[in-house]
Amino acid sequence: MDAIPLNHILLVSSLLFCIGALGLMIRRNIIFILMSLEVMLNAAALAFVAAGAHWGQPDGQVVFLLILSVAAAEVAVGLGLVLQVQRRFKSLDMDRANRMGG
Amino acid sequence: MKEMIWLIPLLPMLSSLALMLGSGSFSRLIIGVLGVGSVGAAALLTLLTGLDFLAQPEPYTVSLWTWMQVANFSPGISFYFDGLTLVMMSVITGVGFLIHLFSTEFMEQDASYARYFAYLNLFVAAMLILVMADNLLLLYLGWEGVGVCSYLLVGFWYQNSANGQAARKAFVVTRIGDTAMALGLFLLFTSLGTLDIQTMLGVANSKWQVGDLMPLIACLLLLGGAVGKSAQLPLHTWLPDAMAGPTPVSALIHAATMVTAGVYLIARTHGLFELAPTAMMVVAVVGLATSLMAAFTALMQSDIKRILAYSTISQIGYMFLALGVGAWTAGIFHLMTHAFFKALLFLGSGAIIHCLHHEHNIFKMGGLRRKMPVTFWSFMIGSAALAALPMTAGFFSKDQILLQAYQLPEYGVWLWLGGLVGALLTAIYSFRLVFVVFYGKANTQPDKDVGWRMAVPLSLLCLLSLIGGYFIIPVQAVFPLSTDGHPAHWVEYVSISVPVIGVIVAYLIFYSKRLDVSRLVQSTVGSRLGDFWRIGWGVDYLYDRLFVRPYYGLSALMKSEPVDRFYGWVVSINQCFNYWLSQSQNGRMRRYLVSIIFGLIVLLMLALQLTPEVF
Repeated sequence: MDAIPLNHILLVSSLLFCIGALGLMIRRNIIFILMSLEVMLNAAALAFVAAGAHWGQPDGQVVFLLILSVAAAEVAVGLGLVLQVQRRFKSLDMDRANRMGG
Repeated sequence: MKEMIWLIPLLPMLSSLALMLGSGSFSRLIIGVLGVGSVGAAALLTLLTGLDFLAQPEPYTVSLWTWMQVANFSPGISFYFDGLTLVMMSVITGVGFLIHLFSTEFMEQDASYARYFAYLNLFVAAMLILVMADNLLLLYLGWEGVGVCSYLLVGFWYQNSANGQAARKAFVVTRIGDTAMALGLFLLFTSLGTLDIQTMLGVANSKWQVGDLMPLIACLLLLGGAVGKSAQLPLHTWLPDAMAGPTPVSALIHAATMVTAGVYLIARTHGLFELAPTAMMVVAVVGLATSLMAAFTALMQSDIKRILAYSTISQIGYMFLALGVGAWTAGIFHLMTHAFFKALLFLGSGAIIHCLHHEHNIFKMGGLRRKMPVTFWSFMIGSAALAALPMTAGFFSKDQILLQAYQLPEYGVWLWLGGLVGALLTAIYSFRLVFVVFYGKANTQPDKDVGWRMAVPLSLLCLLSLIGGYFIIPVQAVFPLSTDGHPAHWVEYVSISVPVIGVIVAYLIFYSKRLDVSRLVQSTVGSRLGDFWRIGWGVDYLYDRLFVRPYYGLSALMKSEPVDRFYGWVVSINQCFNYWLSQSQNGRMRRYLVSIIFGLIVLLMLALQLTPEVF
């Protein structure tokens, strides 16, 4: 099989990362924010896997597993927070949760 | 008796305190008894102490307690008693008592009867502290105390804002002198290490030589205080305005006692002044200049109290002249006789004002001789003493001053001549007053004559003004013996005859009208000069232009706080930043996120730019 060049994979990965970051910035719904966060994590994970494959090292996949579990944990905590936000503000809009205003 | 002299200032002070605290609840009789009685008791105690002292003339100090103790500075509340103190205390309590008695009738109708006596008693207490103090700090306490009382009493009828103005003027102008005096005290303490008067004079004598610079500066600063308090040039402008107060107050504070505090101060520190001959000369010149200037001004006044005020300034000028030529005894002697006859004149004018419904203009009086005989004779005797006619009290004291001035080498003759001109003017203006007020056509009718509470003080002061010249004041031990030896007889004859000439001139002009001066007065030069004298040589105008207006201008400028404007900028810049930064703390998580990500991008770009080899 013809190996996809590393550059291309890294390009996709950074594109994914940017999409995630953009979603993080412009989305107001807290669930979409969480999902954007997942996209970003996965972009990073993709970069690791690609790099591992490129150099024939297992480390990339090890880190991917780590990221996977971190993402799971993050979703668990994040969804708990989503429930709390819903309960407190009767809304999932992040901009309504602005009590930290100085 | 010696241990009891602290009672003398304490009695009026306690009475003043009682009157202040219980003013609403006392009847007029009780107020009168308290006010007059306390000063009377003080006078009695002074008399007893004085007799004690005369039997055994040894100066002594009575220490009550240490006022404060700071390092090696420990002024005490202690009183020094010698002949000079005795003379001053006798004048203050004796004349003070008579004036208090007079006041009970003068102020009878006043609503603030208790307040009046509270202030007056407080004044007597402060004045006694001033003359009894054995250190300059305690003296300064009394000095400021009488200043405050003067302020309170000049502005006694405070409902009229002009009186408040006069009171503030008196306070502020004397404060200028007091500042100089305070500086003098600092200087004396730093250079001599003590403020205790007797010790200080001793130290000064051993440390400084005659003609040194330090005693000169110290003396000039003390003189500044004396000039302010005693209304001498150039700080005399407050005294004529201070006549806004009740007339007995003018008699007590602005004629007999407080204004002579400057004379007392110089006499008390005479040892210092003898070390600075230049300062002595300044004292003499200031005294003579003031005396002449005030005499000319008094000649043109029409307000009875202003005439007396300028005459007081002029007479204190004589005392300064005496001090300046080293005639210490004569100066203090004139202080005493002046207290008698000037209190008499002021009380007399008070009686007239009282009986004529607060009329002050002498040209609206006239012909009062028959209606008010007691007052007439008071004025006659008082004016005679003021003019220094032979055999009156003023004659003896003024004669001594003039003769001693004459004996001074070099410029003594000029001082003597100046003094003679002053004496001539004094005789003219004092008898102008008598002839205008008591003779001629009656313009107003008094509705009453004086009662006994006015008549008794007037008569007693008449007696004192007549025989006061025969008193021998016990100050020989205090002052160095003045140069003895009599000048030529003609000098004495001239000194005696000048006042008589003055009276004759006044008689010719104002009584018999033989001497017509209307053409002289109405000529251009004459009227200009007359107006110039009438406004007190324009000193008030000058000060108004030189100090008061620039000060007002400056304060108007400072009202907008130009200095604070810079700090105002600092504040508004801070507020601006605060606004911007608080905008960033809006609690919106997404905004925070945006700034984090942008920051990250910037950091990455920086890293790329600065260390490209890593990538």
